[in-house]
Amino acid sequence: MSDSRPISSGQIGRSLPRVEARAKVTGRAEYIHNLRLPGMLWAKIARSTVPHGRIRHIDTSTAQATPGVHAVITGEDILRVIPDPYFGPAFHDQPILALGKIRFAGEPVAVVLAEDPRIAEAAAQEVSIDYEELPAVLDEVEALTATTFVHDALKPAGMFADLKHLAGKRDTNVALDYHLRRGDVDRAFAEADHVFEHVFRTPQQMHTPLEPHCAIAEATPAGVTVHSSTQTPSSVRVEIARLLGLPENRVRVRTAFLGGGFGAKVYVKIEALAVALSLLARRPVKIALTMEEQFFTISKHGSTFRIKSAVTKDGRITARRCEVIYNGGAYADIGPRVAQKSGFSAAGPYDIANVSIDSCETYTNRPTAGALRGFGIPQLVWAYESHTDLIARELGLDPVEFRRRNLLKDGLPQATGTMLEDTATVAVLDRLVQRIGWGQPFDRGTGTLRRGRGVAIGLKASISPTTSVATIAVAADGSATLYCGTVDMGQGSTTALAQIAAEALGIAAEAVRVVTPDTDVTPYDMGTLGSRSTFHMGHAVRRAAEEVNAKLAAMAAETGLPDGSNLPIAELFRRKYGMQAGTIVGSGSFVPDYAPPDQATGLTPNATPYWMMGGSGAEVEIDTETGQVRVLRLINVADAGTPINPRIVETQLTGAAIMQLGFTLSEEMVFADGQLCNPSLADYKIPGIRDMPEVLAGETVAARQKSGPYGAKGVGETGTFGVSPAIANAIHDAVGVRLTELPITAEAVYRALRRAKGDPLPEE
Amino acid sequence: MRGMVSVAPRTIRFTLNGVAAECVVAPHETLVEVLRDRFALGGARESCGQGLCGCCTVLVDSLAVSGCLYLAVFADGAELVTVEGLADGDALHPVQEAFIEAGAFQCGFCTPGFVLMTTRLLADYPDPGDDQIRHYLSGNLCRCGAYPQIIEAVKLAARKLRAG
Repeated sequence: MSDSRPISSGQIGRSLPRVEARAKVTGRAEYIHNLRLPGMLWAKIARSTVPHGRIRHIDTSTAQATPGVHAVITGEDILRVIPDPYFGPAFHDQPILALGKIRFAGEPVAVVLAEDPRIAEAAAQEVSIDYEELPAVLDEVEALTATTFVHDALKPAGMFADLKHLAGKRDTNVALDYHLRRGDVDRAFAEADHVFEHVFRTPQQMHTPLEPHCAIAEATPAGVTVHSSTQTPSSVRVEIARLLGLPENRVRVRTAFLGGGFGAKVYVKIEALAVALSLLARRPVKIALTMEEQFFTISKHGSTFRIKSAVTKDGRITARRCEVIYNGGAYADIGPRVAQKSGFSAAGPYDIANVSIDSCETYTNRPTAGALRGFGIPQLVWAYESHTDLIARELGLDPVEFRRRNLLKDGLPQATGTMLEDTATVAVLDRLVQRIGWGQPFDRGTGTLRRGRGVAIGLKASISPTTSVATIAVAADGSATLYCGTVDMGQGSTTALAQIAAEALGIAAEAVRVVTPDTDVTPYDMGTLGSRSTFHMGHAVRRAAEEVNAKLAAMAAETGLPDGSNLPIAELFRRKYGMQAGTIVGSGSFVPDYAPPDQATGLTPNATPYWMMGGSGAEVEIDTETGQVRVLRLINVADAGTPINPRIVETQLTGAAIMQLGFTLSEEMVFADGQLCNPSLADYKIPGIRDMPEVLAGETVAARQKSGPYGAKGVGETGTFGVSPAIANAIHDAVGVRLTELPITAEAVYRALRRAKGDPLPEE
Repeated sequence: MRGMVSVAPRTIRFTLNGVAAECVVAPHETLVEVLRDRFALGGARESCGQGLCGCCTVLVDSLAVSGCLYLAVFADGAELVTVEGLADGDALHPVQEAFIEAGAFQCGFCTPGFVLMTTRLLADYPDPGDDQIRHYLSGNLCRCGAYPQIIEAVKLAARKLRAG
């Protein structure tokens, strides 16, 4: 990568406060949540009450007759404005409103429109739906062999070449299965000194961004405008344009700051519904989900992971077989990408000669699962790092030493065959061990309070290949404006990208204004997801700035200035235009090299442009009388390359760790007969300030991603990787019991303790 | 709609961020709705809708309430402070400064609630210990997990306020 900028202005590595900090502490930052448009109608959704069934009849008469109701809309009405109303990034399998069939309890069936949201909400309760109920399939393992099928036939979106062969496939609940075959696994198991096999599970969980999904659509003579809390404005535009049969330039998608995203707001969620409603009503329509409704909109995959390793007597892993089954819920969303991309690294950050991976996305009659801060990786690390720890303990080896003996290092091929490069696996483990004080004596507790320590590390490929485009305009006074589609949902991208633009332009980050994503002005970006923006958009921004620099140099030459002249930009414009006038525009785009995995072996020499590496160390205290888990210390270490803004990177790491702490200890979507029982923050417990460990650290190791912009790479997900298994490993260290399912509640620990004593509690 | 009692609107008068205000509200309207729809104040915002997350925090006669559950009619005669009322012109309140300096937020959606609750805490305890901080802020949720930086910000704000 050429660093062609003339002079460094010292913007990289600056811990600049977020550029929007003032707006956020004064309550003035813009969120679509607060937006209202003149003449706007509110939409409230009537949802299905059965997990699987055929719709016999929808009675909207009472709702329709409610004073103040503008209209009641069903799936049949949507057909009048969108004849083929199925959407989705991987499969076109999700109807805008249910058509004929219900695939999960809570699926949108009808919508009431009214000027007063309370009237719309009350009337939505009056929509009566008559079903012919069908048997439901809820468990991901059962989905593989069930004779109940969530979809009659698979409908791949066609955008992805590797899904085309699935078109029209019938009698299956498997939306995608990825297979990797490396070496001779059967032989290695036959020759192994030791073989270990375990099964680990995770439940369905939810992102719960505090700003629930919201969108306002306005149908206009020029096309449609959608104001949305989306993480992917460009991808939403492409999908809405396809649904309406419009050119992209007739669809405008704009956003604002997001009150959290975490993957919940990628691709079309409620935008297509808002657009259809606005077309039908001929007025702007707002959909603002409640916290409860978010649970029926998108979630994190539950999973079952069977993992088996062959190990020599001196502690070398010679083979690993991974069978991962993801519970994708009723619609594919981006689940097939979760299954495939996470499949690349399901065997962990280890150098293993013989690997077999089967990673499978299933349809079930549950709310849809998609991407949540790690694209499946936290589910996998949970399993492989618990498994790795168990092997070390069984063999009487130190768990850290066992990891070191097998650790993947730069210059070695990862399971896919892609070389590991600029990935600080060793430094991350070393720093983790140092910070947690591994191997040093510590207070192990007494009586009913027992303490233990555990570590875990994980590796993730980027979601590849994806494209980012950026534009920079320099005004005649020398001020610069950056136009890019990266959405700031709290990760600090606005600030980091301003720093990258400023560095490349040789000015201060404060002098760069970053335009909020709006597809009318900001160029294409695949989406703010998968920790991709710093690397991909960072490069696009750098290239845009380089084009600006080249044009400024040409302008200087044109006006007769000598090479290397450092005339202020404002003077340069005056020389050229005779007054404060004119604009210089530079653009840059970036798409990394990528080689798709071989269909038969799943191998590829180029799975990802960079690897993300992170780990956690935990010290816990267990109350053996109650099973209560207290996390005393949680240390999180990551390779983020060279951080653009070290302070923001640290908060990303600690924030991700706290989120994963919730997924580890308390969060679970609980179902009874296919009905979600706890869709609210009252019954679904996310971490509060009292759940914070006494010591919580997030730090990076000295590293440089040579292929990254100024040595940087993505970091938003890395802090999640090691948390769950580090805690389970620490619990094992403290009290000698092994938890194999999340969340690790006090009840789960207490039951395990009773089982270990040979005095199990009766099952419920 | 069935079962709805009198919806006769009534006029309420109160002080909003130091300025006398009045408006006509229906008895079912919540404080957060009235602030946003009648006064264009979006700093208090509804998230969980159950009074659990603190995103809708408003100070009513210097007591922090959940604006998503608090009926606007009860604000009649009260003194209301929202996050928009903390800064003195361009000069931020020391708590706001401290939140910026400590990097105590990410997405910022919950920040107004945390800022207001911190002013309430520091009014009661000018030099709070960790346990007091966690106690006062236990009704505010931050899904981005900025808690370590929020605790740092509270301590920094306390120092700023004590220094005057």
